[in-house]
Amino acid sequence: MPTNANWMRVCTLGEIPLLGSRVLDCGQGEAIALFRPEAGKVFALADRCPHRGGPLSQGIVAGETVTCPLHGWNIRLDDGQACAPDVGCARTYPVQLRGDEVWLALPLEPATPVGAAEAVA
Amino acid sequence: MKKPRLVVVGNGMAGIRTLEELLKLVPGMYDITVFGAEPHPNYNRILLSPVLAGEQDFDDIVLNPLSWYADNGITLHLGKEVTRIDRVRRRVVAADGTEAEYDRLLLATGSVPFILPIPGKDLKGVIGYRDIHDTRTMIETAKVKRNAVVIGGGLLGLEAANGLRQRGMEVTVVHLAGWLLERQLDPVAGALLEKSLRERGLDFRLNTSTTEIVGNEAGEVAAVRFSDGGEVAADLVVMAAGIRPNTALAQAAGIHCNRGIVVNDTLQTYDPRVYAVGECAAHRGIAYGLVAPLFEQAKICANHLATFGIGIYKGSAVSTKLKVTGIDLFSAGDFMGGEGTEEIVLSDPAAGLYRKLVIRDDRLVGACLYGDTADGAWYFKQIKDGTAIGGRRDTLAFGETAMGEAGTAGQDRAATMADTDEVCGCNGVCKGTIVKAVREQGLFTVDEVKKHTKAASSCGSCTGLVEQILMNCLGSNFQETPKTKAVCGCTSLTHGEVRQAIREHHLVSHAQAYAFMEWRTPNGCATCRPAINYYMLSTWPREAVDDPQSRFINERAHANIQKDGTFSVVPQMKGGVTNPSELRRIADVADKYAIPMVKVTGGQRIDLLGVRKEDLVDVWRDLGMKSGHAYGKSIRTVKTCVGSEFCRFGTQNSTQMGIDLETMLANMWSPHKVKLAVSGCPRNCAESGIKDVGIIAVDSGWEIHVGGNGGIRTEVAQFLCKVRTAEEVKEYTGAFLQLYREEAYYLDRTVHYIQRVGLEYVKRKVVEDAESRRALYERLLYALEGLPDPWQARIAGERPREYTPLKLEAPERRIPATLED
Ligand code: SRM
Ligand SMILES: Cc1cc2nc3c(=O)[nH]c(=O)nc-3n(C[C@H](O)[C@H](O)[C@H](O)COP(=O)(O)OP(=O)(O)OC[C@H]3O[C@@H](n4cnc5c(N)ncnc54)[C@H](O)[C@@H]3O)c2cc1C
Ligand code: SF4
Ligand code: FES
Repeated sequence: MPTNANWMRVCTLGEIPLLGSRVLDCGQGEAIALFRPEAGKVFALADRCPHRGGPLSQGIVAGETVTCPLHGWNIRLDDGQACAPDVGCARTYPVQLRGDEVWLALPLEPATPVGAAEAVA
Repeated sequence: MKKPRLVVVGNGMAGIRTLEELLKLVPGMYDITVFGAEPHPNYNRILLSPVLAGEQDFDDIVLNPLSWYADNGITLHLGKEVTRIDRVRRRVVAADGTEAEYDRLLLATGSVPFILPIPGKDLKGVIGYRDIHDTRTMIETAKVKRNAVVIGGGLLGLEAANGLRQRGMEVTVVHLAGWLLERQLDPVAGALLEKSLRERGLDFRLNTSTTEIVGNEAGEVAAVRFSDGGEVAADLVVMAAGIRPNTALAQAAGIHCNRGIVVNDTLQTYDPRVYAVGECAAHRGIAYGLVAPLFEQAKICANHLATFGIGIYKGSAVSTKLKVTGIDLFSAGDFMGGEGTEEIVLSDPAAGLYRKLVIRDDRLVGACLYGDTADGAWYFKQIKDGTAIGGRRDTLAFGETAMGEAGTAGQDRAATMADTDEVCGCNGVCKGTIVKAVREQGLFTVDEVKKHTKAASSCGSCTGLVEQILMNCLGSNFQETPKTKAVCGCTSLTHGEVRQAIREHHLVSHAQAYAFMEWRTPNGCATCRPAINYYMLSTWPREAVDDPQSRFINERAHANIQKDGTFSVVPQMKGGVTNPSELRRIADVADKYAIPMVKVTGGQRIDLLGVRKEDLVDVWRDLGMKSGHAYGKSIRTVKTCVGSEFCRFGTQNSTQMGIDLETMLANMWSPHKVKLAVSGCPRNCAESGIKDVGIIAVDSGWEIHVGGNGGIRTEVAQFLCKVRTAEEVKEYTGAFLQLYREEAYYLDRTVHYIQRVGLEYVKRKVVEDAESRRALYERLLYALEGLPDPWQARIAGERPREYTPLKLEAPERRIPATLED
């Protein structure tokens, strides 16, 4: 995990609907979408589709992808990459499950993108 | 072994297309470095005009995002202009000192706008029209300034003028020649064009040259002066008087140039290590200014760089179009005619139609079309192929549809094209390539075709043709059974088979359904999940449980998502009838939640647009109105006219009939949206002829029409039957809709359903067999009974989390990073 990150407790697992998502309002910063594609798995992506900024948190979650509600791009939850033939990438945030609590690492310097998120159960 | 190094100067359309072609042939053969003077990845310069006109955004026109360069291992130097080529040491040097060595060098530096050498040309506010920077300058200027002068009435100048006008500026176009687009059109077509542009508010000064640009004290433009002594005020001057191949760099390096950088048939310059493509290159004395020839050059150049050594470039015939929405003109070849040529002219100035064909030695050599350009590509092909005209002479001017060989209605051109016929002129894509991609890769939308073949991805004027080809490929199936293919990649079952399994095996939950039907994915995808959800709900009402996560956001949140992530709220307004108290509440809500737009919809009710998701439940509560389901695959509106209560022609109370139907069908889910209308007489003011169910009152009762559609493809509703009483209207309508709900495939409108099963079948079930009708009607009422209004349910507290974002906890409660890592 990058050390220049700030781990924060966000919610409990149950607060994110299974096969669904919740949006995290970060005040000034960009909103973050938390996805729960399986009972014990959570991913976090910037709530902005790489296509035209659609709110990914409002999409349909299936397998390990989310389908953007605006024009239907499929975005992979683990690395934020758009599925072929579309090209683009949504920023990812590291997430951890501690018991049934969801913890999220927010970068201290807002602009540096962080690596792929891996949820550890 | 070390890879040879290829350096590209110019990160534009021709240079990068050459790389794309090269990577297709021999990925990884070269170590590639690209220098681009502009600080942007490669974008579609052609589409600057739609960006200027406000029809597209810059993001839409990027051709190769930065990730493309990275994925292909290309070193990209953005915002770095190459200022020197050292041919002896084989390296290029950029303005900031960056260097790169090459084994092969590709020059693709494009053109520069020609700036008239007149006093005032350097004033602030005098620009060319070449790149996104210029475009943005125009957009910004239009926000704050009023007057613009465009110098040059060619393609570029007119597109600039149109865009500036669209953005609200007063625009004068100054043009040296006696008519517009003198290099593309003859005087007659030029005059027609001028007329329609004047109607859009543009002003023209033809036969006029500009002598001076006058500035103010601040060094900004203030006015433009002309040869005839006239003067107009100007805050912005766009020079669109031509382009010059950008050869400065090559010239300084001693590479032979005349009209451009001189290249041979393999696009090599006089220094065989150095290639040139695009607008900067002159091939057999011609420097092209349109993308189609440049893309041909790119192909040949890539082939040579890949050392395949086949293919030589022999020059291109070009055709042009003007990209001003709503104006169709096309020209190709030698359309001016002259000695040794004959002309066929068709002209209907009142209708704004003009067509001129130029023939030499029994072959078509030029064409100029205005108003209706549908036959442009067909003429262009004959010009390129040099087909003999022979006996076709007297019908030639009427276009392809008039020729025996085509013989079908106008919109079926795609069907008559040969596989080798070109569809997309910009990218040189033939019909055969598209058909192959559609078949082999299972494409269904124009967007998919764009992505996979590049057709329609440049100027977009062939989009209609691509759509037709797509329709023809999806075949007669497209008409009869659009869903004979698998539901999606998660299964090989068709919609019909899935419906059947759900009914016969009593499947009522998603988990059960996927397990039983051996789905390939654990929980489906965004395509199949909503379909399965609907099939279970409609087959097993009151038993199957609705799964919100299998609904598109609109149906999950009961409001329509907008491009910026806010939502729209359309309350129910039965039959289009409202009252002062409702209107007052709507007004209060709009004020209280600062709703940016209140609009009357095309469905006779009121739309509140731009509501934040967090506010939705409160908005509904304060409105105190029911959901209009404007977001759902569900009942939408029942449009009505005023009918016999008020109208002097009305034969029945159509308004009340509409209200009764909307009441009966409240909260009804369906395979796709369902719209009804009730008109009080055959004048049909509620447009019953294009609704899923359209009722038309007549003296002796009510006519029922079904399967109309006013959307993507207009379909007139078909007459189902005539009934006497209002009660019968409800029963027949209900029975028809229940049949559709039970049997149609997901996302088929009623018209598609009827096309699949046939109107006769529907009549048998709904009209002829009274027992079947009553049973259907009862099943509908059973399914609808007790369905909650979704807004009321949410106000009462159902699944509140949907609308509440999570918030970060206060900073002091955050645990410092060190404890955790
Ligand atoms: C609001 C409204 C336009 C308006 O300002 O008037 C509208 C807005 C939308 N229409 Fe429509 N349609 C509206 C009347 C129509 C009509 C006219 C009518 O209903 O009389 C038609 C043609 C009639 C028809 O459907 O047969 C119409 C044909 C479409 C279609 C094409 C449907 C088809 O089968 O071909 C779509 C696309 C779709 O549904 O897949 C569509 C889709 C849309 C969507 C929902 C696009 C979307 O998925 O986001 C638009 C939502 C805009 C938004 O951001 O909220 N809209 N749309 C109208 C709402 C009427 C209402 O009160 O419910
Ligand atoms: C507004 C507009 C509308 C158009 N509409 C159409 C149309 O409808 N149909 C059509 O066929 N064509 C159209 N064109 C023309 C078409 O865009 C050009 O023919 C095409 O872009 C030329 O490609 P190119 O690669 O030769 O040049 P460009 O696309 O201009 O690329 C050249 C690039 O090289 C860069 N460069 C130059 N010198 C250097 C240097 N020394 N170092 C580093 N980088 C350098 C430039 O900054 C530029 O980015 C239009 C052009 C414009 C401006
Ligand atoms: S026609 Fe309908 S779908 Fe198209 S932009 Fe207008 S509202 Fe949106
Ligand atoms: S914004 Fe996400 S697909 Fe267009």
